[in-house]
Amino acid sequence: MGNIMTYHYAVSPDDFTRAGEASSNFKNVLKQLCVPPNIIRKVAIAMYEGEINMVIHANGGDITVEISSTGITMILKDVGPGIPDIDKAMQAGYSTAPDNIRTLGFGAGMGLPNMKKYTDEMTIETELGVGTTVTMVVYF
Amino acid sequence: MDKFTHSVYLKEDLCKGCINCIKRCPTRAIRVRHGKASIISKFCIDCGECIRICQHHAKKVRRDKIDIIGKYKYTVALPAPSLYAQFQNLDDINIVLTALTYLGFDDVFEVSAAAELVSAATRIYSKEHQDQWPLISSACPTVVRLIRMRFPNLIDHLIPINPPVEVAARLARRRAVNRTGLNPEDIGIIFITPCPSKITYVNSPLGVEHSEIDHCIAIKDIYPYLISEMKKAQLNPLDLAMSGKIGVGWGTSGGEAGGLITDSYLAADGIENVIRVLEDLEDEKIGEGLEFIELNSCSGGCVGGVLTVENPFIAKVKLNRLNKYLPVSTNHLTDYEDVELDWTDPVEYEPVYRLGSNFMESIQMLHQVEELSNEFPGLDCGSCGSPTCRSLAEDIVKGDATQDYCVPYLKSRIHKLSDDYMTLLNLECDCNGCDTSGVECVTVMQDYIRQLAEEIALLDTSIGGQTTPQKDSDNK
Repeated sequence: MGNIMTYHYAVSPDDFTRAGEASSNFKNVLKQLCVPPNIIRKVAIAMYEGEINMVIHANGGDITVEISSTGITMILKDVGPGIPDIDKAMQAGYSTAPDNIRTLGFGAGMGLPNMKKYTDEMTIETELGVGTTVTMVVYF
Repeated sequence: MDKFTHSVYLKEDLCKGCINCIKRCPTRAIRVRHGKASIISKFCIDCGECIRICQHHAKKVRRDKIDIIGKYKYTVALPAPSLYAQFQNLDDINIVLTALTYLGFDDVFEVSAAAELVSAATRIYSKEHQDQWPLISSACPTVVRLIRMRFPNLIDHLIPINPPVEVAARLARRRAVNRTGLNPEDIGIIFITPCPSKITYVNSPLGVEHSEIDHCIAIKDIYPYLISEMKKAQLNPLDLAMSGKIGVGWGTSGGEAGGLITDSYLAADGIENVIRVLEDLEDEKIGEGLEFIELNSCSGGCVGGVLTVENPFIAKVKLNRLNKYLPVSTNHLTDYEDVELDWTDPVEYEPVYRLGSNFMESIQMLHQVEELSNEFPGLDCGSCGSPTCRSLAEDIVKGDATQDYCVPYLKSRIHKLSDDYMTLLNLECDCNGCDTSGVECVTVMQDYIRQLAEEIALLDTSIGGQTTPQKDSDNK
């Protein structure tokens, strides 16, 4: 499975104009490799959703993306408030985003469900007051 | 015909080797090498931005002259709706169409008439393909070329219907054959085009194997001839116009969307804006329920094409005024029952951005690109002739450039050499005369000066690979 290439991205807090920069940047890297378009699509969508979550809920964080010969692993790490109830957070339409975020068109409660939908594996490690790490894998 | 042929080309003697075009190109398709701009064919989408930005008018468009009319027994002009927006105080489209016949065309078939059929077919297609919403217009060939190389996941959203000009060409030829009894090849179908992108389309079509358009004349070329003929034509205009609001509206941004009679649409114009919309669409940032996306590479839509005369925003006003009293639509699919509208040769993904020929090779090359990028200053100054530091790194890895193309990199090497030289000089002062009466020191000094001179010479040739400054100094 060996990791053959790693990219790091910092996600800045409270900056919606920059949200999506990391996923967009990485998407264009993938287009330079011979990665099939449907894989690129899944990675771009899942990573963007994760990036937005980090901006809305967790004061930003860090994304590490690892390319291996078998797939792409995205590790999204933040030191935000943590997720109190993962099962609830995974429900489509459940949202804790504040009103001002919703008026921007975000916070529909589809972030985590979409991340799961577009990836082959997803694990969430979270601790209240400490932070959350979401790891997603898309296989080739 | 090669699928990457282009109508945009460089007139070498006019090119100064400046870097304006390489910075403006939205697909990073241009490099300055050996003092001249060159287009990398597979990256070019014929948007015409380099033509707009070049102050030396070195970027040209390969196109036909008006005398092409004489080549055929019978010719039909296909005027783009944007043509109507070029004239002052025009209140009747028939004046333009009549003037075209005075110029020697035997018949005129308005592209806007065919556009109404495309609008009608798109309304039906949209209703039947809601699973592919938002549908993306395929009328602007530059947008289709951009999607096929950069947004493979959006190809399925493209509407697989021929652009109005192609439909017009087919209908015009059929009408001409019926009217004259001539062989189809004796009939010249000539498009009056606002842009180079459509000219490229004719030679290298999208969605069909062969285009029915035979030649293209630029709006700006025919404009002066038309102006004088229109003075006569307005006295007694023929009744040639055959389209309504929906068709003529296609000439400006939002016009095609207007023809779909839905309010669930997005219309973006200007190539940078188009790219932003496509990026967001690819990441599914655009919410569900949107029916249609109209994208025009030029600001303002087709009236903004580089081969037009009038300012696109003024042109838009003029087109709106012309449109005001036209009927909504005067062409219906039922009038043209056997018209072929659909693509027969679907557009496919062209992965031109891939670094290597397979995944592992590409990864290896990407590693090298990242390493090299880190060594460059990140100024994106363009002095090397590549648009950004990263694209220089990619060019080097592909074997198309070398590291010493980078001027700041060379500069730092020269600084290091002169520093070394200074250190040596200082050391010498302390040595207080060596036994070889300074011969050795002189040799070392000469060696450094020679190296320094070599580096400086390299600097001369590296700025966009220019060699001219050196030549100048030789002559003096």
